[in-house]
Amino acid sequence: MTENNSNKISLIKTPIPEQDPAKRRSNFEEVTLGYTPEMAMKEAERCLQCKKPLCVEGCLVHIPIPQFIKAIKQGDFKKAIDLIKTASFLPAVCGRVCPQEDQCEKYCTLGKKGEPVAIGRLERFAADYAMQSWNGAGIEISKPTGKKVAIVGSGPSGLTCAYDLARLGHKIIIFEALHEAGGVLMYGIPEFRLPKRIVSHEINLLKDMDVEIITNAVIGKLITIDEIMEQFDACFIGTGAGLPKFMGIEGENLNGVYSANEFLTRANLMRAYAFPEYDTPIKIGKRVAVIGGGNVAIDAVRTAIRLGAKEATIIYRRSEKEMPARKEEIHHAKEEGVIFELCTSPVKIIGEDGWVKAIECVRMDLCEADESGRRRPMPAKGSEFQLPVDIVIVAIGTGPNPLVPQSTSKLALNDCGYIIAGEETGQTSREGVFAGGDIVTGAATVILAMGAGKKAAKAIHEYLIHV
Amino acid sequence: MPKILEKRLIRHPDVFYYRIDAPLISRKAKPGQFVIIRLHEKGERIPLSLADINPDKGTISLIVMAVGKTTTEMSTFNANDEILDICGPLGQPTHIEKYGRVILVGGGFGVAPLYPIARSLKEAGNEVVVIMGARSKDLLIYENEMQQACDKVLITTDDGSKGTKGVVTTALKQELEQNGANMIMAVGPAIMMKYVSETTKSFGIKTFVSLNSIMIDGTGMCGGCRVSVGGKTRFACTDGPDFDGHLVDWDILINRQKTYLNEERESFEAWKKRHAFVICE
Repeated sequence: MTENNSNKISLIKTPIPEQDPAKRRSNFEEVTLGYTPEMAMKEAERCLQCKKPLCVEGCLVHIPIPQFIKAIKQGDFKKAIDLIKTASFLPAVCGRVCPQEDQCEKYCTLGKKGEPVAIGRLERFAADYAMQSWNGAGIEISKPTGKKVAIVGSGPSGLTCAYDLARLGHKIIIFEALHEAGGVLMYGIPEFRLPKRIVSHEINLLKDMDVEIITNAVIGKLITIDEIMEQFDACFIGTGAGLPKFMGIEGENLNGVYSANEFLTRANLMRAYAFPEYDTPIKIGKRVAVIGGGNVAIDAVRTAIRLGAKEATIIYRRSEKEMPARKEEIHHAKEEGVIFELCTSPVKIIGEDGWVKAIECVRMDLCEADESGRRRPMPAKGSEFQLPVDIVIVAIGTGPNPLVPQSTSKLALNDCGYIIAGEETGQTSREGVFAGGDIVTGAATVILAMGAGKKAAKAIHEYLIHV
Repeated sequence: MPKILEKRLIRHPDVFYYRIDAPLISRKAKPGQFVIIRLHEKGERIPLSLADINPDKGTISLIVMAVGKTTTEMSTFNANDEILDICGPLGQPTHIEKYGRVILVGGGFGVAPLYPIARSLKEAGNEVVVIMGARSKDLLIYENEMQQACDKVLITTDDGSKGTKGVVTTALKQELEQNGANMIMAVGPAIMMKYVSETTKSFGIKTFVSLNSIMIDGTGMCGGCRVSVGGKTRFACTDGPDFDGHLVDWDILINRQKTYLNEERESFEAWKKRHAFVICE
């Protein structure tokens, strides 16, 4: 029977409706519109229901993928979301921002012959569908253990850790430095890729589970980890890699030069795209250059376009093949008219009357692969050129935020200032204190941080029941 | 939400004193630190220096000059009103130790954050001299408080309506020549702090300044507040706000402070229109 079916299986994913590029260039609404129930059921038909599902191995939180897809195929969407929720707290988020092509979908058996099953799209469908009809009532919560856990940071790792621990009956209090919970999901990832109402919905589910969230609480300043440990049985640090890196080139402090963090925080968290209805302003360039090739760089350049930039350019020192950004996002950016200056590196930023006027770049030759496996770029002599721009956004990565590490005793850090924590447990050098996400690994993906939060929750639970 | 317990007009018509219920912040805050406030859901985050800290009563005090959109809007908040968000304490506290003789230089309403610093320095056993300057005598604030907290108060006004006619640097130079100092701290407009630093440089006296660059989060995340100090990029929110005034690149700071002048005007005008706001004369 399987044989027969596989013969008829389409080699391409069921297409997903998207906003027209010409239209979406000037709005912040979501680009990918999501499957209808019919599309989802049709796509679910493609799943081979492998006995040894490799896709699950590729998922950092081990969602029971074939099972939830089968439920969608049968039209039982409630069952689908229940199955997903046994493993993941943020399916509406992951369905949108996970790099599925490098994870679950990479291992899909169908992918050997054609396109893999659109697991991410199906996950998103189930989550979105549930959001309209489901209020979290199905979540089973164990009876209270009487143990209290503090979660520092409400980004993907902290939220996931909170969810898993709350389900196990522990009392959870989340401390968030900003005025809104969600971390990078709120300040970093733009509305058009991850609508904020979705993040708010997931966070409200936590509140319904009696998880307390205290905003404006900068741990390390208002309260220290040392003080937290006097009042809580355990603590999870998920403060992220929030400190923007700059290149140290001439002109970097001119007006009109932003870190990607600042540019995106203004646009996302502070809603500067609706200035002056919202108070926070943002400079809208006619010509914008974004330096970097990761997802953050792509988010920034696409935000600049939506804010009204006439010309928006990515400057990246290696080739497209080496770009760390998701292929889908690069594709969307191209559709929206983003220009890619590849194998190009900035040399200095040129100013006039204190404002950015141009950026001087040099072309790069790609030489043999370095330790990261990517080809090492070397400046090509005499290839310098100037690009006239009025806004420059630096998106070359971030470092660890020092507020918690600096203010906590007995917490071991590595040479770069990241917290040293066990890979499978998140256990730090200090008893009862666990850590995970970007503050341990350096800037990575939402799902990797969620995976770390999940592992830490398991380890914290084991620690708590043995204390 | 933090509640305003007391509001006072301390300089007609635009400088207000607020005492706010913030027990957790007051427990930790030290002179020289600041908070970031947001008035409402559509509000911006602005940094405000702590003008007083009272851990016993669980309160902090802020001095706000109604100069732009958010500060003017805040001036319409009264006792018993609540402020949506107050985040802090942020930044490094001013380094307090026994220096010997210290001179504090305050310009305009920069005198307000100097007040808790003056008291801490006095408690640490320093002889504390304050030089406060304003355009005219009506614009001086915190004179009585400073008289009580310090050993000597020197006043300068641009128009000579009180104290010595001229700017703070003239009085500072004179004071240094006559009596010397072991440490100087300046708080006020960037241009004033720049000239104070230039004045003290030839005397070779350590000079701290409290930088007021543009910020969003105040936790080191956005990098908007970056300043060049001794040729290195530093963040005013986490490394500062106090820096060695002799090492600050003042031109970069002053230029960066102008980034949103047009937008600030636009936002203020739009707000005034919405609220039919007229500044009382």
